[in-house]
Amino acid sequence: MLSVEARPQPSAAMSVVSPLLALALTVAIAALLFWLLGRDPARGLGVFFVEPLSTRYSLAEVALKSTPLILCALGLAVCYRANVWNIGAEGQFLLGAISAGGVALWVTTANIGAPRGVMVPVVLLAGIAGGMAWAAIAALLRDRFNANEILVSLMLVYVAQQLLNYLVFVPWKDPLGFNFPQTKTFVATTLLPNLLPQSRLHVGFAVALALVAIFWAFLFRSWGGYQLQIGGLAPAAARYAGFSARASLWGAMLISGGMAGLAGAMEAVGPLRQLTPHVSTGYGFTAIIVCFVGRLHPIGIVFSGMLLSMFLIGGELGQSRLGLPNALTGVFQGLLLFLLLACDTLIDYRVRWRRAAPAQEDAQVSAAGAS
Amino acid sequence: MNEVALLIAATIASGTPLALAGLGLLLNEKSGVVNLGAEGMMLVAAIAGFAATYHSGSEWVGFGAGALAGMAMALMFGVLVIWLNTNQYATGLALSLFGAGLSAFVGINYVGKNLGEHSTYEVPGLAQVPFLGEAFFKQHPLAYIAAILTLAIAWFLYRSRAGLVLRAVGEAPESAHALGVPVRGIRLAAVLAGGALCGIAGTFLSVVYAPLWVEGLVSGRGWIALALTTFATWRPARVLAGAYLFGGVTMLQFQLQSEGVQIASQLLTMLPYLATIVVLALISRNPTWIRVNMPGSLGKPFYPGA
Amino acid sequence: MIDRSKRFWLTTQLFAAASLVLVACGKKEEPPPPAPAPAAAAAAKAEPLKAAWIYVGPVGEAGWSFAHDLGRKAVEAEYGDKVKTTFVEKVPEGADAERVIRDLAAQGNKIIFATSFGYMEAMYKVAAEFPDVKFEHATGYKMSTNMRLYDSKFYEPTYMAGVIAGRMTKTNTLGFVGSFPIPEVVRNINAFTLGALSVNPKVKTKVVWVNTWFDPPKESDAAQSLLNGGADVLLQNTDSTAVLQTADKNGKYAFGWDSDMSAFSSKAHLGSCIANWGNYYKKAIKDVMDGTWKTERTVWGVKEGQNDLVKIADVVPDDIKKKVEEIKEGMKAGTFEVFTGPIVDNTGKERVAKGQKADQEWKDKVDFYVKGVEGQLPVAK
Repeated sequence: MLSVEARPQPSAAMSVVSPLLALALTVAIAALLFWLLGRDPARGLGVFFVEPLSTRYSLAEVALKSTPLILCALGLAVCYRANVWNIGAEGQFLLGAISAGGVALWVTTANIGAPRGVMVPVVLLAGIAGGMAWAAIAALLRDRFNANEILVSLMLVYVAQQLLNYLVFVPWKDPLGFNFPQTKTFVATTLLPNLLPQSRLHVGFAVALALVAIFWAFLFRSWGGYQLQIGGLAPAAARYAGFSARASLWGAMLISGGMAGLAGAMEAVGPLRQLTPHVSTGYGFTAIIVCFVGRLHPIGIVFSGMLLSMFLIGGELGQSRLGLPNALTGVFQGLLLFLLLACDTLIDYRVRWRRAAPAQEDAQVSAAGAS
Repeated sequence: MNEVALLIAATIASGTPLALAGLGLLLNEKSGVVNLGAEGMMLVAAIAGFAATYHSGSEWVGFGAGALAGMAMALMFGVLVIWLNTNQYATGLALSLFGAGLSAFVGINYVGKNLGEHSTYEVPGLAQVPFLGEAFFKQHPLAYIAAILTLAIAWFLYRSRAGLVLRAVGEAPESAHALGVPVRGIRLAAVLAGGALCGIAGTFLSVVYAPLWVEGLVSGRGWIALALTTFATWRPARVLAGAYLFGGVTMLQFQLQSEGVQIASQLLTMLPYLATIVVLALISRNPTWIRVNMPGSLGKPFYPGA
Repeated sequence: MIDRSKRFWLTTQLFAAASLVLVACGKKEEPPPPAPAPAAAAAAKAEPLKAAWIYVGPVGEAGWSFAHDLGRKAVEAEYGDKVKTTFVEKVPEGADAERVIRDLAAQGNKIIFATSFGYMEAMYKVAAEFPDVKFEHATGYKMSTNMRLYDSKFYEPTYMAGVIAGRMTKTNTLGFVGSFPIPEVVRNINAFTLGALSVNPKVKTKVVWVNTWFDPPKESDAAQSLLNGGADVLLQNTDSTAVLQTADKNGKYAFGWDSDMSAFSSKAHLGSCIANWGNYYKKAIKDVMDGTWKTERTVWGVKEGQNDLVKIADVVPDDIKKKVEEIKEGMKAGTFEVFTGPIVDNTGKERVAKGQKADQEWKDKVDFYVKGVEGQLPVAK
């Protein structure tokens, strides 16, 4: 019977093979699903994996969509490594959009003539501040009241959504907008400059890549990053070493809040150019997946961000090219993550075929404990 | 006065699925496993229960199917997390995501199907009592089951040997293992029980509450239920209280809107979430209380001696 | 994790390379079609006309997107192999919409329909880049040389529903579950109330906002709360059958919305306010085929067969059914205008003078409740 036993040391080979294996399995299951749905599997896979990368424009779109994912995931990686479970990146994203959008709106309506080189950083900084402030609420409640950050950050997501709704429906509504919930479009000086002509890719992508390098350095080469991670891995040891748990908490939350806020700000003054109730399509939550698929590693996050971006865009293309249901994208994403997690265990464990069947541990277990 | 009674009744109905899911997740977490996949489990159970009810004509068959579906999802999660020691948070999220996609996919043919006339329930005799009857005795049986279950789980956890073992597994799995307790088997049992309850909660939404199936039906209630377990500082009675608080404030804000209260509806819609945060902050102030109740090994993988 | 970082860099590079290799081995996607040919009078070419729709929600079996998809199917039925239709559902109304619309245009679709307000900016931008493609936007306000608007007079069947509600209510309280306080929804609330008042001057309408187009449990909660507050006839403009079914559960009345929802409740259903988008879509396709497409705003209603109140229940008394028929005839003849004065808002201010008929601009900008509706809309200063 099959048994899983621990390896004496983590397998180097498997840590390379595992993500490939997971991807290969996902592709195989996807092909099977396409076939069951009566579509040509190769074409189905092409729509998800090849077409989003086939033209300059579509590649730019993948990069564009991955920007907020990468930014949020970078912040979350720091947070999760510090064992602070910020599930509310979506809310911090929205607050970043609100703050940045608010500043941009003020500039637009007050006709402030500052040049782009000044306005864009100001707007983005406002976004970062907004995201940090929102995360700070969760940090404060955990610090002062021991309130679990999972709950607080999650509840604050819903509050943030309603706040955005309120702002675009009431005080910030465009008076010339026929009473529809949207702000005026922002004046050009507040908008992110384009990175690649004839595409929508803006400098945000370059900023994200730069931040990848910075976060890598922070996590793996800096004292602060080291403290945060030890605090997450071995809190008792950290306390013994004198690392402040409080500083870790605040640091992790503010960093992740700021990054999510920056992502939100970039969406608002990047492709969207105004505030509407639909600034986010769940980036804050998808970023959590990106973070884990990228193994909480800045470089991995770039790739997983692009991969998930491809899945999302592939889902749209699958509909318009092949008439596939939109639900398929969610299935693929979940499947990939599951398989990745499962295959990753092969790094620490190996599967063996054993003669004797182990005593307990089979599927049918009752709730009563053993005596 | 009647309006208050109706509000109470609506609160109980609204809070019941949250309570059921929350209690399931509580059992989960008491054994040391955090399952972020509640939303996915509830969604898959919702469509399973809906389909079963549609084809069989009986909502109890639906509940059974929902419980089984929840357990099946929980089994996938359990094997990964308990035996293969994958990261619990990530695996739970994967479950949520997968469940959302799977339920939408499988449910495509059930959108727009009607379950037909369904029964109304009331407790004979007691339902006619003025005020109390309206408020408490016209609920679906699951509402009463939720309340009874709360007591049962509290008794189980704190007064029974089996419950003690469960808590021991959650607190200090290594010590329990040293004493010969089958830690992993117990964790799996807890995870499966949690899955079953989340499944019943999900089916309640699609077969009783709405009752219909469309993708995304659960609309975040799985996440609310998860939050409630934390809110409840892992004590069963507080899960029920939290569920009713949330359900009650939700109904209250609608009531305020329909009374024409002069606050923007978006701000009123925030109320249930804000209320939960505030109450949590207030009750969490005592760190000792939290430490006493939070399972010590929550979220951490268990390796039965090398 | 720390010491695996270097290994991981290598891993991910291999990962990316391998996945591209894996996939490149598969069959290549067909080369994208050539850039859109110059339009001119398209007329009868061997090549079928490609038309695309984007929906904000899932098509499902009921609701807004379902109704639009029925319209698309009507086009297919009418034109057979002279058209080839495509649709993309669940397109979020944000930055993604632009990509989807641009992709559809680049794929050779000659006419694209965006069925929700939130697609306006995205469509406007893409329209500027594809001058040979026709863009049609529902419920918006921006137009250009190749982008035009269409909308529906939902308030007409809503008024008729109000007439029925006004008679069927025993508590003189109606309930409305609103999605978002946009002008169209407010207009519908007003029409509903005006219709009810025309047969029952004692009626009042309570409104609850769920702040979402779609969240069935929340819609149920909202409906329940209205019923608890004394309402016994409900209307909603959210996208599911939850409100109707909640009314059914409580033994009260409600209406269907966007599509025929009579199958969902035999006892509670009084009628469904629907839109038949097929007529307009067929006309739009014909415009492109004949080369007569021009920029304009088309708002059709009962007269053009675009809106209707269908499946009126048997329990509705005959005299009311007759009155509704008369109103319908008036709408078809163009003589009956729902928003005819005197219309007073619920603070007492007169909004439309006696005998006057409100014009399109007035209707577009509705930001107040008529007398009879409880509460106030939050307005920007």
